[in-house]
Parts: sequence; structure tokens; C-alpha cells
Amino acid sequence: MLLLCCLAARAGVLPEDRADVLYHDYEGGGVSVSGPSVLVLKKIGQNVALTGNYYVDTISSASIDVQVISGASRYSEKRTEKTGGIDYQHGNSTLSMSYTSSVENDYKSDTANFGISMDMFDNMTTITMGYVRGRDTVGQTGNPELAAPLDRQNYRLGISQVLTSNLVMELNYEGTTSEGMMNNPYRKVRYLDSTDTVRGYSLGNEKYPNTRTSSAVALGTRYYLPWHAALSGEYRFFADTWGIDAHTLQLGYTHPFDDHWTLETTWRYYTQSSADFYSDLLPFEDSQTFYGRDKELASFSSNSLGLKLTYDFFKEGWHGIDHASMNLAVNKIWFDYRDFRDLRVVLPAAEVGHEPLYSFSADVVQFFVSAWF
Amino acid sequence: MLMLRAVPCLALLSVLFLTGCGTLEPWVKPYERAHLADPIMSADRDPVSSSYLTHVYQAREAARGAEGGHGGGCGCN
Repeated sequence: MLLLCCLAARAGVLPEDRADVLYHDYEGGGVSVSGPSVLVLKKIGQNVALTGNYYVDTISSASIDVQVISGASRYSEKRTEKTGGIDYQHGNSTLSMSYTSSVENDYKSDTANFGISMDMFDNMTTITMGYVRGRDTVGQTGNPELAAPLDRQNYRLGISQVLTSNLVMELNYEGTTSEGMMNNPYRKVRYLDSTDTVRGYSLGNEKYPNTRTSSAVALGTRYYLPWHAALSGEYRFFADTWGIDAHTLQLGYTHPFDDHWTLETTWRYYTQSSADFYSDLLPFEDSQTFYGRDKELASFSSNSLGLKLTYDFFKEGWHGIDHASMNLAVNKIWFDYRDFRDLRVVLPAAEVGHEPLYSFSADVVQFFVSAWF
Repeated sequence: MLMLRAVPCLALLSVLFLTGCGTLEPWVKPYERAHLADPIMSADRDPVSSSYLTHVYQAREAARGAEGGHGGGCGCN
């Protein structure tokens, strides 16, 4: 999966050999996720490159969903993802294939990735095409009977164009189709229930459609500023057959201070409408054909501020290493929901549906070392 | 439905662009691309980091696609 994005920049040249070791930490909304990610890219001869990625999420969660729905105090689990890939470069084109396997105790996922990238028009234009096929198996802890399949397919098309000696633009399209179980078996919907005199509502299982088709189009640009800095901007529009529209806007500024230090700042805004079948509070049980209350399908917006500090060293080479860098990246994300209520606040039964809207913030920290050789 | 509209649009853009290649000369010469080759102009300077951040957003948002990294699993409870 990493392969394709590496290659998108220059199809006729294989990327430089490199190794990255990253530690990531996410803290937000009662959820902690941390772990390592190791990426190695090594050329074999002039035309073939191999990549490997090992990634772990160690999750400890007492999120609002865990507290309200399951009543549990906290649970822990681990997800391990492994990717192996190969690139073959011929003339101005590069073919790439990769395979990703992701395993956690209640979710298994296998993904195959195919891509082709072509430089043309004296290397001013790069066209990329990709196809992804994935198959997941959704399980549930404590329910050995559940092993529901989910099939995924992605189609990608992208154009990157040099416009001036300082300006590059990129247009990307990605369509996805999914078929199978897409709801989270641990989540519940709630519906008005007058027989519950304390809360005024009861919980029931979710019922999702078993197909989903989506499209995303992104237009991005990077501009080189005269004082040796770069400005970037990207807008993405997303729509799917569940009635969700989403807009993402991202701006970035990269500023090297000297030969060693570089600071990158980013701001990202995201907003989405809710799915047609999303409801925070159904009027009664089974009141519509499909129903879900996942906050990921609710209407919300988020803002994210990011800072990344890079220190480049070994610039003259050291024991077979051409150069290396040390990086610290910090992101703060604020999520504000427009129709997902905080059920940790228990109101009298007569006021059900008037709980405060949910919001939370998250801190994301990455520390990584990269070496090119 | 949007996909049905977007694919022909992109295909048409590609065709127009490729047709244009026959009559247009590349207007940014290789020796004029020093700024574009600077690492700060790379679309994905640190793939290990951008892939992780994409996963952070994908696990918490409904939107997906057209951003590079793709993987499985959820980790979103």
C-alpha cells in the first residue's frame, strides 16, 4: 500500500533505498492506540525494488461506545499488519504489486494492491492507475458463531502535472465498492421505550445495508516559495450510496531553517453529513429498514493542527548510509458531533434525546527515524 | 452514481490531456526543475508517517479514498 504512494511521484525512477522506524501514539476520547511501524525499501538491481512494512496497533479503549453500550470499563486488543510489495520499472513506467495482511482477535483482513504509473510528456506528467481487492472476516469476541465476510474493491486514477518550475498539481479519483458485513458488532442503536422509566430508551442491534459504493475526488497542489519553502493545499470531495457527503480541506507549509532543521505545519478541516439510516434515537424498535448509531456515520466536523520537526543528519554519509533524519510529528484533532449525543449524561426519562452533543479531542504523536542508503 | 459521473469526466480529461501532448511542447525544461526536485516539494516525503495518519483519519471518518495509504482492520472502538 505504501508502494503506490511512493511511486506516484516519479514513475520512471525507482525510489531510493530507505528504512524507517516509527513509534506512534494516539490518545483521545478514552482510547489509547500505540505501537511501532517499520518500513524497508530495497532495490534489487536497477529495475526491481522490494518493500516490507510491519505495523502494530496496541489498543486500550474505554471510549464512549465501550462505556455506554457494553458497560465495560476498558478493553485491550492488538492489531498487526504486514505488507510485502514489489515494483518493476521499465522505461517510463513502473508496475507495482503488494499484499497486506491485518490480524486482530476479532477482525482479519487481506488486501492485494496492483498499480501502474507512467511518466510522459518529458516527465512533466505522471499518470497512475490502481486496483485493490480486499477480503475481510468480521468476528466478535464472545461470539464464536460470527465470521461474516466483507469484500472490498477500489479503483484509482490519478494525474500529476508539472505546471511551472515552481508549481505541481495532482488530481486523484478513487471509487470503492464493498459488499458484506460493514457494521461494528459491538455497537447498538437506541429507541424510545416508555417501559424503561429510568432512561426512557432501550438498546438494540444495528442493521446496515450490505453494499456500499463511494467516490472520492481530490485536487492538490504544491508551490515552491522564493525563500526556500513550500506551500501545499488539497481539497477532497467524497460521496457514497449511504447518503454521506464529506469535504476535506488541508493546507500545509514547509520551511527549512538551515541544512539540518525543517518545520512543517498543517491544518486540516473535515466535515461530513450523516448516513441516511443513521439515527441517534429511533422513535420505536425496527422503525426503519436499516438503522445504525455509529458516530463515524453521524454528522460531524473535525479540525486538526499538525507540527512536524525534522532534523537531517549524516548528510556527508556514514557507514553505508547516504543521509538520515529524525522526526517528531504532533497533531491535535478536535471532533464535534452534530447529531450524536453523549449518553454518559443520564437525564430523566422525560428528557430523553436532549442529552448534550458529544465532542472530544485527540493527541497524535509520531517519532520516527529514517535512513537512506 | 457519483462514480458513474466522475469516471467519464476523468477519462475525458485524460484524453484531452494526452491529445494535447501531440501539439504542445513540454514547457518546463529538465534544467528548470531544481525547485521541483527539492525534498520539500515531494508529495509524500515520509510514507511511513503519512500512511499512519491516513489510518488515524480513516478509522474515525466515513470518507475514504484518493489519499494514498490503504489497509485493513478497524481499531476504531
